[in-house]
Amino acid sequence: MNKLLDRLPFRIELEPRLVQPPRWYPWVLSLLSVVVALLIGAIVLALAGGNPWASYAHIARASFGDIGVFSDTLVKAIPLMLVGLACTLAFRMKLWNIGAEGQFFIGAFGASAVVLLPVLPEDAPRWLFIITMIVFGMAAGAIWGFIPGFLKARFQVNEIISTLMLNYIAISWNNYFIFAIWSDGGFQMSKVFPRNAWMPRLTDYVDTIPMFRGLTTHFGLILALVAAVVVWLILYRSQWGYEIRLVGDNPRAAQYAGISITRNTVLVMMLSGALAGLAGMSEISGVVHRLQGAISPGYGFTGIIVAWLAKLNPIAVVPVSILFGALILAGREIQPSGIPKLLQGIILVSLIASDFLMRYRIRVHRKDLLKEAK
Amino acid sequence: MDQPTPSSPAEIVVQMCGIVKHFPGVLANDHVDFELRKGEIHALLGENGAGKSTLMNILAGLYHPDGGSILVNGKPVSFSSPRQAIQAGIGMIHQHFMLVPSQTVAENILLGLDEPRFFMQLSKYEQEIAKLSERFGLKVDPRAHVWQLSVGEQQRVEILKMLYRGANILIMDEPTAVLAPTEVDELFNTLRAMVAQGKSIIFISHKLHEVSQIADRVSVLRRGVSTASGVETRSMTKTDLARLMVGREVIFSLEKNPCQPGKVVLQLEDLWAENDKGLKALRGLSLQVRQGEIVGLAGVAGNGQRELADVITGLRKAEKGRVLVDGDDITNRSVKTGIHHGVSHIPEDRTHVGSAPNLSVTDNVIMKKYKHAPIARGWMMNAIAATNYASELKQAYEIIAPNLETPVRLLSGGNLQRVILAREISSQPALMIAMQPTRGLDVGAIEGVHRLLLAQRDAGAAVLLISEELEELIDLSDRVVVIYEGAIMGEVANGNIQHIGLMMTGVRQDQLADHMEAAHE
Repeated sequence: MNKLLDRLPFRIELEPRLVQPPRWYPWVLSLLSVVVALLIGAIVLALAGGNPWASYAHIARASFGDIGVFSDTLVKAIPLMLVGLACTLAFRMKLWNIGAEGQFFIGAFGASAVVLLPVLPEDAPRWLFIITMIVFGMAAGAIWGFIPGFLKARFQVNEIISTLMLNYIAISWNNYFIFAIWSDGGFQMSKVFPRNAWMPRLTDYVDTIPMFRGLTTHFGLILALVAAVVVWLILYRSQWGYEIRLVGDNPRAAQYAGISITRNTVLVMMLSGALAGLAGMSEISGVVHRLQGAISPGYGFTGIIVAWLAKLNPIAVVPVSILFGALILAGREIQPSGIPKLLQGIILVSLIASDFLMRYRIRVHRKDLLKEAK
Repeated sequence: MDQPTPSSPAEIVVQMCGIVKHFPGVLANDHVDFELRKGEIHALLGENGAGKSTLMNILAGLYHPDGGSILVNGKPVSFSSPRQAIQAGIGMIHQHFMLVPSQTVAENILLGLDEPRFFMQLSKYEQEIAKLSERFGLKVDPRAHVWQLSVGEQQRVEILKMLYRGANILIMDEPTAVLAPTEVDELFNTLRAMVAQGKSIIFISHKLHEVSQIADRVSVLRRGVSTASGVETRSMTKTDLARLMVGREVIFSLEKNPCQPGKVVLQLEDLWAENDKGLKALRGLSLQVRQGEIVGLAGVAGNGQRELADVITGLRKAEKGRVLVDGDDITNRSVKTGIHHGVSHIPEDRTHVGSAPNLSVTDNVIMKKYKHAPIARGWMMNAIAATNYASELKQAYEIIAPNLETPVRLLSGGNLQRVILAREISSQPALMIAMQPTRGLDVGAIEGVHRLLLAQRDAGAAVLLISEELEELIDLSDRVVVIYEGAIMGEVANGNIQHIGLMMTGVRQDQLADHMEAAHE
């Protein structure tokens, strides 16, 4: 291999960056790596005998082609945004919360409990239903985050393992209620929630604005956007966020500055869980309108990718989630449906690889062949 | 390259001619010439950022030069990796050790070699390593795990690693920066043993007294340009070398106002504490530091200095005893309590304890201020106030950084230390614990740090200066106390280096007279 490289008329050298790259650089880099990923995906598609450009055009049409499908894309993007924010917050402190999926399910359970337990009578006003469901969903997610957070802070239990395992517990917990207690006439789902427990959708306003006919984008989008701003404010403008970033970058320095790592571990895991729980609530109250088993095509895991792709920037989580929402939606349109999943994977790999270019620069030197010949 | 060399026309093993190396925005080496003879210790002297490490990293195959040529044993070479350099017999021992803490010494030394292949017959290799270490006086147990070793021992492992790989030319990048005075002596003995057996050594340093002590010849770099090349060390005085290095006269003595100690700020009573390995590090230590004085704590590294700083600042629990600051008992209270009592701390380990490398300069200087107005505003932080505060400090402490958003990992060692000093001093501390505040800094920067510490003292702070540089301790301190195995041996006010030295080996002050007499007889 080395001999081969020696024959090239130029030499490629890697140098660590000694100065900080400009502000636009990470964004351009991310965009370029998505482009590179699409090109690699195109090769795979071509090898599989498909026409990559036609496929891509189809994906684009199926997700952004008109306002109807774009609305569907947004519906898929809403849980991704919230889960992506949950991961962003935890990852900032280098807490590897892999349990957003479980926190999502438990959040959905908590929100459903408001209707099914019931906490509120069926004829309670809509605003009260929604606020109560938000509180219950977030609280349930927070509890699911508290468990691994507390174990980590108190007994140094590895949070990757504990959050991952709690996912299975959460799903089984939900199944128990779906199959046994809240089962609707023997089906593995609860009864449909009363209209009052549904979050408002665009299509609900079709009488005043006819354009909204059939658009299922729901109030969860507002929740997600507000959450993005709040997480940004917490991370970059609050004292707590400063502590989170400091602990994440250098726990020993944080300790030296008098910051409690155990306290922050628990709190961050709880807020992370609460955000994922809110995603579950928004999915239940905005889309599914009942508690059932198949409420997530792996939102909790895709959220991890979203957070990385957004480079742990809460505002960037929003557009990235829309991109991934589009890919999920395209899975419905494109056969085999594995193609969008494959693209997701390639995008993640190429993004993680591109991080290298944040720390190193590549320099190409021309070789003085004559001189070397001497 | 014709230096007058009357002694012997020794064989030249390395010849670097006209080396040029650019980094973005910096010309690190500007046509530098360097030559190394067989069996000599050649010092490479220069301030931080003068290009010493760059030049040697080129020789060791880590960087590729933009211009110039290198001859090793008369043959032109062009290394593209350290592996090739080591094949040519050139090994570099870096400032930051590259060892695997969880593995044994022998495993670390064998790491990356072709032999042993698959089955590890460690005992055979352990014997070989033990033989090698005996030959050069590098005492270290091949079966010990690296995390158990002191810094000095780890350095020996690094040297052994290179010797085991057959290096004949050893580049040592500021090897004494991390060592205690006694360890320095041991290292120097090893270096002499190695040259006596035909090895050649390049000794990178910015400490003048070490260079005159150990090196046969010296080359000096200033801002990437060579200002002296292969001069006999004997013919140079410390002042000559300093001028070549800095480009101006350096004042070695400090102007000091008379000390006016006030009330007691720090009172330690019978402190006991354990180190990370669970061994007793502090054994009944008692000490007082008053307002307006600098108390120097002398001692060989590892005699409880780090644990003492940790206990005072709340980073480590004391098992017994009391820590009083301004009369308040803060023993085993949180770090925050200490900060509230005006305890500031310049930690020994700047990158791993004192700073958050990927956060900005601003984020690093507000580390102890973010909960106080004007930077704190309710739950939130006032970003403008934080930036203003940071830019004030940047100016006042002459921190050189492209802007305040720069992550501090991109700053040089001296600038990083300024960031930490700026943060700790600007909190107007009642008590300052300064641990090795000038370690690894160059002459100019050291001068600046000393001035800042003296200014703190004159402003009425109590300063506990923990250092392994005896000269620094004697110059700066109003009194020097000596720590040995976790207890104070005694106190010296007149800078009697002989007394300090004896106490550093465990002689109590009241026994000093006997020992001095014994020495005279």
